[in-house]
Amino acid sequence: MANTLFDKVWDSHVVRKVKDGPDVFFIDRHFIHEVTSPVAFLGLENRGNSVVYPSRTFATADHNTPTINQHLPVSDPLSSNQLDALEKNAAKHGISHWGLGDVNNGIVHVVGPENGITLPGATIVCGDSHTSTHGAFGAIAFGIGTSEVEMVLSTQCIMQPKPKKMRINVTGKLGLGVTAKDVALYIIAKQTTSGATGYFVEYAGDVFEDMSMEGRMTVCNLSIEMGARGGMIAPDKKTYDYLKGRSQTPKGEDWEKAMKYWETLYTEEGAEFDVEFNYKASDIEPMITYGTNPGMGMGVTNSIPTAESIEGGVDTYRKSLGYMSFNEGDSMIGKEIDFVFLGSCTNGRIEDFRGFCSIVNGRQKAANVTAWLVPGSHKVVDQIKAEGLDKIITDAGFVLREPGCSACLAMNDDKIPAGKLSVSTSNRNFEGRQGPGSRTLLASPLVAAASAIKGVVTDPRTLLE
Amino acid sequence: MAYDKFDVLTSTAYPLPTENVDTDQIIPARFLKATERKDFDINFFRDWRYNADGTPKAEFPLNKEIYAGSKILVGGRNFGSGSSREHAAWSVYDFGLRCVISSEFADIFKNNCLNVGVLPVQVSAEFADTLFAAIMADAKSEIKVDLPNQTVTLVATGESESFVINMYKKNNMLNGFDDIDYLKNIEDEINDFAETRPF
Repeated sequence: MANTLFDKVWDSHVVRKVKDGPDVFFIDRHFIHEVTSPVAFLGLENRGNSVVYPSRTFATADHNTPTINQHLPVSDPLSSNQLDALEKNAAKHGISHWGLGDVNNGIVHVVGPENGITLPGATIVCGDSHTSTHGAFGAIAFGIGTSEVEMVLSTQCIMQPKPKKMRINVTGKLGLGVTAKDVALYIIAKQTTSGATGYFVEYAGDVFEDMSMEGRMTVCNLSIEMGARGGMIAPDKKTYDYLKGRSQTPKGEDWEKAMKYWETLYTEEGAEFDVEFNYKASDIEPMITYGTNPGMGMGVTNSIPTAESIEGGVDTYRKSLGYMSFNEGDSMIGKEIDFVFLGSCTNGRIEDFRGFCSIVNGRQKAANVTAWLVPGSHKVVDQIKAEGLDKIITDAGFVLREPGCSACLAMNDDKIPAGKLSVSTSNRNFEGRQGPGSRTLLASPLVAAASAIKGVVTDPRTLLE
Repeated sequence: MAYDKFDVLTSTAYPLPTENVDTDQIIPARFLKATERKDFDINFFRDWRYNADGTPKAEFPLNKEIYAGSKILVGGRNFGSGSSREHAAWSVYDFGLRCVISSEFADIFKNNCLNVGVLPVQVSAEFADTLFAAIMADAKSEIKVDLPNQTVTLVATGESESFVINMYKKNNMLNGFDDIDYLKNIEDEINDFAETRPF
């Protein structure tokens, strides 16, 4: 029988199948951060267990870290306490730890791939729903809860029912100003915020084949925003070129051996999915969200749909628009904004900064906009400087901050004030996500850049021609 | 952390028909800074329960005296979407709830609930509407959740529906067992498997 990529990777990690229950699922790589791991270590110690395979777990601090003055002590005592706990737990159990200030530090889903920890055919988990990012390399990667973090630490396995399979094909060529983020927001708008619940997604078609690894990571990252546990893309030459020579990828003979295995990782002709969707690249324009879940998105030049025209409850929809202070039928173009956030595990990579700079180059930030530009890692910062993008950023009136999750979830001081409107390259526009009372419009780095220059929601194509 | 066994639960219920309730609403990120698991009920639905000045929002169902002490929450479709934070499930449990009923759950939240002793009961959209109508008409309406028989019943009318849970998780909930004990018990088998992994 023809096999899917997902089946190949999943089935090769099943230690045993529990009768009328989940699979005992082996985890190759486990990322931990300061927020969802402390209670897992506490549980581990209370039970008298130890970390069975410390070399399979990797710690980095990212969620609540400051993005300025990282050389100074963290002033918030609760955040500082969590960062200390991560460092102590890692040291105690022999786990590698990239704390604040470490050259390898950054957002967990940025530093994993850039250090070659993420590999095709691997299973990867982390107490963070955007772990789906790593699926860009042909890995099965998904977010878990803290109980499961403890399971992985103490047994290297979790107990997981196998999800159903969905394939999403996007074919054709993307138009001017249309990025991986727009492809993802388009798919999520079609699927709604829960359309892929219960599924694991494979993305296929020439749009993803043509996409850079950074773009693929952006797409897979957002899989969770339509309810999917994760998303993956078959590895190809781009994947191998990206990984080769990174600090933790296999070397020499091991690389050759790995390559032989990786080249078997594709969906065979005739393999079956539980459900399949086909979309056309030519239908996708730069996207923007207008509501309080990522499924409430549309082309940036469109108007907000009426409650009657959408799936789902009218009350929930109106409540959402009410929170945003928007009306059915409103155009998004021209709405005055207060903040722009470039960064996060969705859009905090070098390509995102290149895109942003392609628009702000030679222009000036609008006076009414406060902009936070937060690279995903120190390696991204170094690359920005190596390419001279930092000068473009500074000349245009922006400031480059230090790496971290930042205003994506506003656990540190980077909080959008109540009522303020933010164009954000992050992943969630939930109520209060960027700070209590904040209002978020999710968009690509190009839409964010164009809006930062004009001070209002702007179609980036008007600045690209 | 161990939880109390779940067998048959009969209780009134809080109605929260809003759809797509994400875990950022159940517990906002700024309350995830603890290093131990305790008192997550305090900030359960913080920004929906309280105004910015800390005063309660009287109209929010979880603040209404008529529902106080309920051990069941009936939520709108796609309950628990978004972030994987288990703190959301902890806050449900710490608030005194043992069961959430909805016509659809987000996957990670559902798993987290099962791991901390909160039973997620998925019912049809029609039955969810029946439950909402009943509890919003009469806050004293009781719902009986029978795990051994996998049924959920509106006590006053006897209207009932069965729900799905796999035998393994059902047995865990009935006995207060958890996955770590199971996994530790097959440690040798896991270690043998680990030897076969190429990386």
